[in-house]
Amino acid sequence: MSGNPIDRVAEATPPTFASRVRGLSDRTIAWLFVGPSIVLLLAVNIFPLIWTINLSFTNFKANRLRDAEYIWFQNYQRILTDTGTWESMQATAHFLFWTIFFQVLIGFALAYLINKKFKGNDMWTTIIVLPMMLSPAVVGNFWTFLYQPQIGLFNYVVEFLTGIEASSFSMIGSVNLAPWSIVIVDTWMWTPFVMLICLAGLRSIPDSIYEAAECDRASKWRQFWTLTIPMVLPFLMLAVLFRGIENFKMFDLVVQLTGGGPGSITTLTSIDLKREAFEKWRTGYASAYAVILFVTVFGLASIYVKALNKVKER
Amino acid sequence: MKASKLLMATALTAVTAAGASSASAESLTLCWAAWDPANALVELSKDFEAESGIDMEFEFVPWPNFADRMLNELNSGGKLCDLLIGDSQWIGGAAENGNYVKLNDFFDAEGITMDDFIPATVTGYAEWPKGTPNYWALPAYADVVGWTYRRDWFENADLQAEFKGKYGYDLGVPASLDILKDIAEFFQGREIDGKTVYGAAIYTERGSEGITMGVTNALYNYGFEYQNPDKPYDLEGYVNSEGAVAGLEFYKDLYDAGTPPGSSNWYMGDTIDAYKSGQVALQMNFAFIWPGVNADPNVGGDRTGYFANPPGPAGQFAQLGGQGISVVANTDNMDGALAYIKWFAQGDVQDQWTEMGGASAMSSVVNAPGFAGEQPYNQAFLDSMAIVKDFWAEPSYASLLLPMQELVHGYVIAGQGTAQEALDSLVSEWTEVFEDEGLL
Repeated sequence: MSGNPIDRVAEATPPTFASRVRGLSDRTIAWLFVGPSIVLLLAVNIFPLIWTINLSFTNFKANRLRDAEYIWFQNYQRILTDTGTWESMQATAHFLFWTIFFQVLIGFALAYLINKKFKGNDMWTTIIVLPMMLSPAVVGNFWTFLYQPQIGLFNYVVEFLTGIEASSFSMIGSVNLAPWSIVIVDTWMWTPFVMLICLAGLRSIPDSIYEAAECDRASKWRQFWTLTIPMVLPFLMLAVLFRGIENFKMFDLVVQLTGGGPGSITTLTSIDLKREAFEKWRTGYASAYAVILFVTVFGLASIYVKALNKVKER
Repeated sequence: MKASKLLMATALTAVTAAGASSASAESLTLCWAAWDPANALVELSKDFEAESGIDMEFEFVPWPNFADRMLNELNSGGKLCDLLIGDSQWIGGAAENGNYVKLNDFFDAEGITMDDFIPATVTGYAEWPKGTPNYWALPAYADVVGWTYRRDWFENADLQAEFKGKYGYDLGVPASLDILKDIAEFFQGREIDGKTVYGAAIYTERGSEGITMGVTNALYNYGFEYQNPDKPYDLEGYVNSEGAVAGLEFYKDLYDAGTPPGSSNWYMGDTIDAYKSGQVALQMNFAFIWPGVNADPNVGGDRTGYFANPPGPAGQFAQLGGQGISVVANTDNMDGALAYIKWFAQGDVQDQWTEMGGASAMSSVVNAPGFAGEQPYNQAFLDSMAIVKDFWAEPSYASLLLPMQELVHGYVIAGQGTAQEALDSLVSEWTEVFEDEGLL
């Protein structure tokens, strides 16, 4: 027996299989490898998409035996002229903007601090990333307790800091506060994710660049704005993209926390869509709604990715 | 050697699979909500297992997910459940979509008659279309919204005197909804035994059906009607009548003036917790919780009293709860499922059902001499069952429930718009649903 590992593998390969593979062209072998993925992609992505677009032109209801009729653009017209849809779009936009704003701001600040070498650095990093390891449903559930006016820690902290009586306000029961209550929880949970991406960006900047800047007598402030920020920007933009896509389809956390209420103040588009599709069972209408959301997200993401590529090329 | 091992493994697999399939033919799966009565049913069903030799399996889903889970199961043609104790509002959809087995012929053959059950439960849990003798379920669990109150606080002499001084009448079981609101206001924020307590724990939940199950107890009694009694699906002037508007305003006033802070999304479990922890003087809830309250070490026994939903200006009604037991059309064990219904419909089993913590809808059980006095809550249960009304049971009930949840929650909890605007919008939303259904 030969001692060379390559020879051993060659000897172990069944001769019939080797000869069969030897008879195939590179192109065929490539298709053999890629084929299953393409079939899977067609089955679980492309086909459902085409089917959804087809359903969106009908009045199909998945819980009814009667045949669907083609009503063409009526579903689209109803969705786009429905005030409820626009209200949920508005709620989603508010949620999206403020969560990303706070997460980027706080996440970057934390990354900047954690990037400094100090005692207990690793321990603090571990503690900070703990929230994102929890299930959103669990987070939503326990924050309902934290927001309880009578026993909730959050209300007591607010009372301690501001003097406003804890039982005098309800974060998830008030029209004005409920949209902020979901922003706070999502920020608490996902800021560590943004922090980790920013940290990766900060650690990718070579020390030599800062040393050169020191030689040129650039101030810390100037180093921050002209070196750190531009070099971390692609990472930040990536974090914004990830969080944007995730939060556009936010569902579980908000359902647990507010159920979309009070009224419909925190009914995000994903919650609205789920109710149309699986509670009202208006499958055709919900398909049209899903197509509109898909086009919106896809369009916005495409524009954003182009901008991201431009930043990376600089 | 390898071939013989493979053969043995194949044979073993085949034997196991055969065993499994024969076991499933001799077993039944009953689906219901995960709550105390379901545990009682597990115990009760042991007798059926012993008598029939059929194994009973159970699938219990927590209330907030019960409708979603079970309606998805039915709509997708799943085979999880052979028997389903489904909510009363599902009956129309399940009947029209062929999810439940129609039981008329079976009832006739087995001598089971709906005359043996409380009429309101037959209409609410078994009939579709309503008011016609077409039965899709056997009334299984009678339930209704009612109230519990802290009798020990109500009987406190100092509080009684203070209440009379303030309102000019005695503190006691409220004779009307207005008085109930006065009592809730009276207790709101009061110090009792060194603890701040509040008026009433009421249904305000947004996500499933909570606030609808609560607000209807006010709406009905102030004059709300689902439709023109002479012209089905004619809603204008009935859903948004002057009385209905006053009823909705009442519920908001009660929420604003007499409920604990943070109770903006409360349903059954939350109001139980608030009551058992001594936070509130009054609790709105379905009657199924009453045995648990009575046995509670903190608030049970003499410390609690029970009463039916008080009357309003337009009469006295209460929201029907409860369910019927149906055979799922997709079952592989139809004979076994029907055998269970036949067994469950027997008078002595129904007696036992009530004794074990269930709530029989059989007239002979609830009208038996001595039933009213057997438990401190039985009289309130009987009073409540006599005044029930139920939400729509149309196939499109979920489409009707969702806008009601949103609009009522929006007005009562979020304070958006006026009661008139909320109910006018409800008329528009419901009319659109009925138009979609081809009923208008």
